[in-house]
Parts: sequence; C-alpha cells; structure tokens
Amino acid sequence: MPDSSKPEPSSSAPTLSLGPVPYLWDGPKWRDFYFRIADEAPVSHVTLGEIVCSKRLHFTEPFAADVIERLEAAGKRVHLASLAMVTLERESRHVRAMAADSLWPVEAGDLSALHVLNGRPHTIGPLVNVYNAATARLLSSRGAFSICLPPELPMASVAEIIKGAPDTDFEIFAFGRMPLAISARCAHARSKGLTKDNCQFICANDPDGLPVHTLARQPFLALNGVQTVSFTCQALIGELDELSAIGVRRIRLSPQDCDMVAVAQAHQDVLSGQIDGEEGLARLRTIYPGVPLSNGFFHDEAGAAFVARTRNAASGLAS
Amino acid sequence: MELICPAGTPSAFHEAVNAGADAVYCGFRDETNARNFPGLNFSRDELAQSIAYARSKEVMTFVAINTFMRAGKEALWYGAVDDAVRLGADALILADFGLMAYTAERHPQARLHVSVQASASNADAVNFLVEAFGAKRVVLPRILTIPDIAKLAKKISCEIEVFVFGGLCVMAEGRCSLSSYVTGKSPNMNGVCSPASHVHYRQDGKDLVSELGDFTINRFPAGEAAGYPTLCKGRFDVGDSSGYAFEDPASLDVMAHIDALREAGVSALKIEGRQRGKAYVAEVVSTLRKTLAAGPLERPALMSRLHLLSEGQRTTSGAYEKRWR
Repeated sequence: MPDSSKPEPSSSAPTLSLGPVPYLWDGPKWRDFYFRIADEAPVSHVTLGEIVCSKRLHFTEPFAADVIERLEAAGKRVHLASLAMVTLERESRHVRAMAADSLWPVEAGDLSALHVLNGRPHTIGPLVNVYNAATARLLSSRGAFSICLPPELPMASVAEIIKGAPDTDFEIFAFGRMPLAISARCAHARSKGLTKDNCQFICANDPDGLPVHTLARQPFLALNGVQTVSFTCQALIGELDELSAIGVRRIRLSPQDCDMVAVAQAHQDVLSGQIDGEEGLARLRTIYPGVPLSNGFFHDEAGAAFVARTRNAASGLAS
Repeated sequence: MELICPAGTPSAFHEAVNAGADAVYCGFRDETNARNFPGLNFSRDELAQSIAYARSKEVMTFVAINTFMRAGKEALWYGAVDDAVRLGADALILADFGLMAYTAERHPQARLHVSVQASASNADAVNFLVEAFGAKRVVLPRILTIPDIAKLAKKISCEIEVFVFGGLCVMAEGRCSLSSYVTGKSPNMNGVCSPASHVHYRQDGKDLVSELGDFTINRFPAGEAAGYPTLCKGRFDVGDSSGYAFEDPASLDVMAHIDALREAGVSALKIEGRQRGKAYVAEVVSTLRKTLAAGPLERPALMSRLHLLSEGQRTTSGAYEKRWR
C-alpha cells in the first residue's frame, strides 16, 4: 500500500481529484463506478465515503475495502470523507472511529472532525467554511495539508487565500451539482409524504438528485436527501488556466450519474493543452446533457449563472 | 435562563432593554454581521451610547460579528472586533475560525460566543471551539431536538444558548448558499439572505407572483396574504407534488418547551429579529419576559397574543421536535 498519509511534493500543473459520490447509489453500482474510475480515469486523488446522511452508511461500507484496494493498485491516492452534519451520538462515534482508525487521510466534513483530527495529517472538505487565509492557516496548523474550498467563493477570494496560506494545497470544486444547503429535515422524504426517520431510502430512486422546479416550471434545485444541490452543474473547465495560474493544486470533480471517466478525460485534455476550454465545455454538454452548466460563483455572480469567456453574462438556466 | 433580545436600531435596543432583556445583541452597519440590511444596525457612536444605556439598567450587550471574513478584506472584521471590545461589549458573537483565532490572541479577556452561523452541532464541534479559542457559550444551530441538547450539555464545558422565537432557518445555519446561487449575495459572505434588492412582485391575472432574481418563489391567489420570498420558504414543484417543498411560511416558537430546555441545561434563550421594528421588539420581549416568569398553565394565554406577529401567522417548534424532520 502506498503511504498516502503524507502530502506529496508540489509540482506546477494541477491534477484531478474525484470527490465523494453525494447521492445514494446501491452498493454494486457504487463499487463498479469506482472500479472503472480506478481502471480508466486520469485522476490522481479519490475521496470517498458517505457525507450526506448517516442512514445511508450501510449501503456502501461492505464494498469500501475492495474499492480502496482497486484504487490504490491503480496508483490513486485515497482519502476518506466524513459526514457533513453530525448531530447524533452514533454519528459522533462514527467520525471518531474514522479519525482514530483510518489508514487513509480523512477529509473533515464538519467541526467535530476538526476536533478529533487535530494534530494528524488530514484534509478539509468543501462544506467546512474556509473563506479566508487566516482560517486556512489555522486549519493547516492543526494538521490539514489540503483544503477543498467552498464552491461559493469567487476567484479573487480563492487567489487571496492561496497566497496567504502557502503551506497548504488547495482544491477547487470544478464539476458537479453544487452542494448549497443541508437540513435536519429531509425535503426529499417530505416530497414523498415521508419523514427522515421513516424515509424508506426513497432518495435511492434519484441517483442524480430529484429536480425542484419553480411554479413557472423553471428548473431550480435538486434534492439529495437532507442536502439541497444546484440544478445547474458547476463547470470550471473553461477556467482551468486561471485556476492553474493562481496556484490551485487540484481540480475536484463531483460525481454525477453520467460518464465520469469521460468528464475526467475532458478536464485532463484541457489541462494538457490538447483541447481548449470551449471544446471542454462542449464535451461536458454532450457527456452530461440536459443539465445547464454554471460558473457564476467563481465570477462573483449568482451561482446559477454561466459567464462565457467573452464575458457576455448569460443565465445558465436560461440557455 | 437569560433572555437574549435582538436590536437592529438604537430605538429597538432601548425598547429591548426597557422590556426586560438580560442581554441585547446587535451588529455594526456593514457586512460583518448576518443582518446586513439597508437602514439597520449601529455606528460606533450608536453602539457606545447603547452600551452605556444598557449598563445603566444592568443589561448586557452582545455584538454579532458573525459573517465570514472576505479574503483580502479581513481588516474590516478585525476592526469590528477591536472596536466592539474597546466600546465595552460584554460578548462577541463570532462564526469565522480565523476571526476567533484573532480575537482569542488579541483580546484574550473578551468573552467569545459561538454564533449559530458556525454550525457547532455536537460535543466534539463545541469542544474544538472551546479548546482552540476559549469559547464561553455556543448558540446551537436549529437542527437539534431537546433530548439531543440535553445529551450535548453533559459533554461540553461551555454555556448553551438556543433560539426560541422568531424567524426559522430551515437549513443548517452558516451552511447555506441558496441565496447566493440565486442572487450572488449570501448570509456567509454578505450577511444577507434573499435580499430585497433582488425581489420583484408581478401581477399575473388574479395571482400575485413573487420572484427572487430570475426565479419564481411563490404565487398567491387573490385574497391570500403574500409573504416575503425567502427562497427556502417558497412553493415549488417536486416530482408530482407542488407546495412548500422545504418549509411552510411559519416562524419558530418553542416557549411551550422552556421547562424542558431549562432541564436540558440551556443557559440562555434567544429571540430572532434584528430586522424587526421597535414595536415588535418591545411586544415580543415583554411577552417572553412575562412568560418566563409565569407558571406553565398561564403561558399559552400569554404567548397567544404574539401569534399575529408571526410569519404566516403560524408557528412551529421546528427541529426541537423530532417529528419535524
């Protein structure tokens, strides 16, 4: 097993990382997804594990060991993601056990993980609020060697944070429906007349999220259990050169129910200069059709907006 | 239990003090606080005068500096902390770890309260903030049941404050960027949610349609009172169902559970509403003060007079009761 407990030395171009599957996929689907990632996707890092709802943990846990073995055999660095919202003692125990026993660096999803990971090498997920370099430096001093910044941040903030925390690797959420909110209440269950405690795991019926439309029938959001994600798909494939220039070390791709190997290949082809950002965007629209792309947050606009390279702003949802 | 009361203006501050607050919380007139609305909040002079008035009545003043520091503009937040301490704030309500670290280092004598926006929802999270920054109190996110709070209280070494009345976030506080997804402005970065600058109302036949940015948030048939288009409290279509997908237009009222909260180990009860007018603040604070002093049987009649002031004139216990989930 490669020693993935230490940060690797820096080099110039960013690499690709795959974030955890945010949706409830059944165990075999989840396993086969990662097997294919291991065999075919040009990603350097894979962060996996349930982050949204502790009730889902048992679906994928039986397959995790095989998945990790396959990923490591393919040379991927593996990190394990912790829960984004921890309110129950059972959930706290789960996070503590991960921190204590994991052979792989844990990605903190909430403040409890920050507490139990203090002093050992770990990473920070995009749902921990890192909005400035002072916060990044504080987390770094406690053992965080890599931070995936919140999708909400504009480029000016990202650049400023990287400049102010030079000892830390930064990762940017560049592809996938954006995590926008999490609640104690399960709106997904509620939409089917159920409650969180009696949910019958109906979120498994929507492996790419359950769309929410406005009363004017505009696509708006998507439900993923207790999490609300954007209807649009974050797409920073057209901004990879800027991300690289400001010192971003890794480009995070968040799994959707589409060909993620092709998504990774498109990003790699842009990073290596084989295609340009425009062609990358065109490829993403083919690989993941029917979902508008957006990059508004990065350009300090509404997150649902798509800002074209020509700077002609257009709403991602209106296109 | 202390009663912690909101003030968006110096006159609301006076009303809260006079109506029986143990502490009043407020913020500076800029993006350092999570109620950064036009026409609200305090200049340095106004805060100094308000603190002096509160002191004269033996009431405490808490200053909320509870947005997340914008990278490169940290001086605005550091300055807010320095000034709040200099002006004599009894506590600072903070959410950003970088700002907490600054405060703990520069003003170790200052009393640090963890804002609800920090989303500390379990014992390890609270202990992180106590050990790293010396936090003395945590305002809990509105995602815990009362039994959850009671279990938490036994495992932490700082005080607990909970929201009991006023607006209700459906989403875990400090972890929501729905507003910036639609408008570019968020609670975490700008101190606003569903800002009025992006709200439009439009007549469509007999219906009144409310919009936020480019999106329809609600549609009200003639005769139905049109609520403000806070986006998590709109009507949407999900699959085959249409309606309030996240939460009905209702506000929080858990005053029926104050004995249980006291037994759970809660030190302070917080009223939401810095954006409300002084008459509202006076009415709510004085009613809650009377309710706290009254016996359980007298409380419902005292609280019933506030229901007309609630959003949609409906109230909920929110996540404090498990069935809400």
